[in-house]
Amino acid sequence: MSDTHAQTVAYVRESFLEQAPPPERETGPIRWLRVNLFSNWFYAILTLLSIYVVYTLLSDFLPWLFNGVWNASDIRECREILQGATGGCFAVLAERWNQLLFGFSFPSDQYWRIVVAFLLFCIAAAPVLFAAVPRVLFVVTGLFPFVAYYLIWGGTILTPLAVLVGVVAGYFAYRRLVDQSFAMGLLGGVVAGLIVWWLAAFVPQDQPSFLALRPIPSRDLGGFALNLMLGVICVSLSLPFGILLALGRQSRLPIIKWICVVFIEFVRGVPLITLLFVANVVLAYFLPPGSNFDLILRVIIMITMFASAYIAEVIRGGLAALPRGQYEAADSLGLDYTQAMRLIILPQALKISIPGIVNVAVGLFKDTTLVSIISMFDLVGMIRGPILASTEWNGVYWELYGFAALLFFIVCYAISQYSQWLERQLNTEHR
Amino acid sequence: MSMTEERSVDQSAMKVSDEVAIEIKNMNKWYGTFHVLRDIDLTVMRGERIVICGPSGSGKSTLIRCINALEEHQKGSITVDGTVLSSDLKNIDRIRSEVGMCFQHFNLFPHLTILENCTLAPIWVRKTPKRDAEKTAMHFLEKVKIPDQANKYPGQLSGGQQQRVAIARSLCMRPRIMLFDEPTSALDPEMIKEVLDTMIELAEEGMTMICVTHEMGFARQVANRVIFMDQGQIVEQNEPEEFFKNPRSDRTKLFLSQILGH
Ligand SMILES: Nc1ncnc2c1ncn2[C@@H]1O[C@H](COP(=O)(O)OP(=O)(O)O)[C@@H](O)[C@H]1O
Ligand SMILES: [Mg+2]
Repeated sequence: MSDTHAQTVAYVRESFLEQAPPPERETGPIRWLRVNLFSNWFYAILTLLSIYVVYTLLSDFLPWLFNGVWNASDIRECREILQGATGGCFAVLAERWNQLLFGFSFPSDQYWRIVVAFLLFCIAAAPVLFAAVPRVLFVVTGLFPFVAYYLIWGGTILTPLAVLVGVVAGYFAYRRLVDQSFAMGLLGGVVAGLIVWWLAAFVPQDQPSFLALRPIPSRDLGGFALNLMLGVICVSLSLPFGILLALGRQSRLPIIKWICVVFIEFVRGVPLITLLFVANVVLAYFLPPGSNFDLILRVIIMITMFASAYIAEVIRGGLAALPRGQYEAADSLGLDYTQAMRLIILPQALKISIPGIVNVAVGLFKDTTLVSIISMFDLVGMIRGPILASTEWNGVYWELYGFAALLFFIVCYAISQYSQWLERQLNTEHR
Repeated sequence: MSMTEERSVDQSAMKVSDEVAIEIKNMNKWYGTFHVLRDIDLTVMRGERIVICGPSGSGKSTLIRCINALEEHQKGSITVDGTVLSSDLKNIDRIRSEVGMCFQHFNLFPHLTILENCTLAPIWVRKTPKRDAEKTAMHFLEKVKIPDQANKYPGQLSGGQQQRVAIARSLCMRPRIMLFDEPTSALDPEMIKEVLDTMIELAEEGMTMICVTHEMGFARQVANRVIFMDQGQIVEQNEPEEFFKNPRSDRTKLFLSQILGH
């Protein structure tokens, strides 16, 4: 029976075929090699070439890594120990790890404060990042900024406490008034907060040493701790500002819209390093002489501005990707603007924007090393300045920059893995 | 078209009262310079079931979207339940929470479960306690016959089920008027019936309804008035019996022959 014939007459299958394994040649490691590495002679050459390149790289790198010297007091001693053999001079890390992590003028008996702040940060971030973490931990998240300020900058506990009381007062005023209207609530909240702070401004002067930690001026902060601080603070500030800017850019009120557009386009058109120079030099001219406007604060403002403009654009993309029907459904149910945004639009738009936001966050975290150029001693600043300039370690480039790269890689890779996990998590909810 | 005719419709509760639900007077709307709606006059009594039909682009959607202020009108007046639609946001929000609306593409909130879709507006707009809102939601989900899907997400449901959830979601706000914008035209044929049945049940309970639809079987059984629109104007309106038997304008005849005559 020919095939064509089989199609033209009525046909019923009578015996069913058992499932059979694929042919030998089509399974196992042999097949994998053939398909992936040697499918034709061109790929075969490429494969061999790549193996050769990887081999030469590793044959230099592995001895350097495993033959390294961890115990020496300077680079000359390293060279003596190695006697011409390949090997890294990791002794610099062993000797200067504290400077790399905390900066060179941070008092060493106070390192614990930064460590505690970091551990607290991990606890505070947990409920934000993982839905499975008990919600009560949000208390830690709420208190963390105040505790962290107290731990890092020191001084009397009354200052952050007063700020905290002001925020709480503002929050309760907001809750009382928000039922009348959102604007009333916001205004009431701000006024209540300001009143408390104004009252509180009298207290710390009277009690400068009440439960005080040793005050640490901002210029003493440094090392990788400074990068982490700048990264965490700026990312968490720029997210809400970015959302506001993105919503403002969509606003029907022309003034708000244009302020947002001009801000975003201006900031995106200027390199971050220029903004940092402005923070460092130019702002000082505008501020009243003697005003105590911390350099770190200025840098935080600039980086936050920069990042929020980028995040705003990412979120705008997410907002644009939502079908109009979602806005209309929210409207037709009688939700007002704030409710529609908070409950319907933003949760979906932010979900779409996660990859973009993470991209900005990772970029921003790495960009915190730019502060080394305006003479702040972050991780890169420490390496470029005090360590490489010292007589002991002058010339140990690979080990130091490799270490810096490793630290940044660990953090950025973790962020990127987290975002992929989060996307999968949010997606499976739907199928 | 004939699918709905299997079901006999109980007319007993479908009474038109003499209370005005919606009054549209001399209403005009433009998109830019394009005159979409021209001199619309329409009074809807409480308990009426009105079907609007007409060719694509004739302004049917725009008309019912004006009734709950999803679109602004530029001239004339719209009064819903005695409240005049103006640009006053308070009025608009009040009217929207009294008027339910179902869309062609359902527009459920994909990031919320079916139950959350139904309880969201009662909780946030009506300030109903969560427990009560969930009870109401389950009541209406039972009514549209999908209580067992309450904890799924919209993406897991079929089109017909999604549209019934959308109806339940509107009903949870206890609206006095329901608007439907082609609720069945995005559905596969075998799902149209389940949605129409739900709408018939609503009509039987005396809900005031305005439906844009081309389901003429539904119009015959349920509507007490059929309106034909073309080029932004109401061309003809009549009781369904008369409308289908003796259409008066040529445009209506042409339209009906196209839609019914295969
Ligand atoms: N947002 C809009 N901007 C400009 N024109 C529109 C808009 N929405 C609808 N229109 C136009 O208005 C007319 C009526 O639209 P619509 O009410 O959706 O018609 P129907 O629902 O009867 O098919 C159509 O010609 C359409 O192109
Ligand atoms: Mg339409």
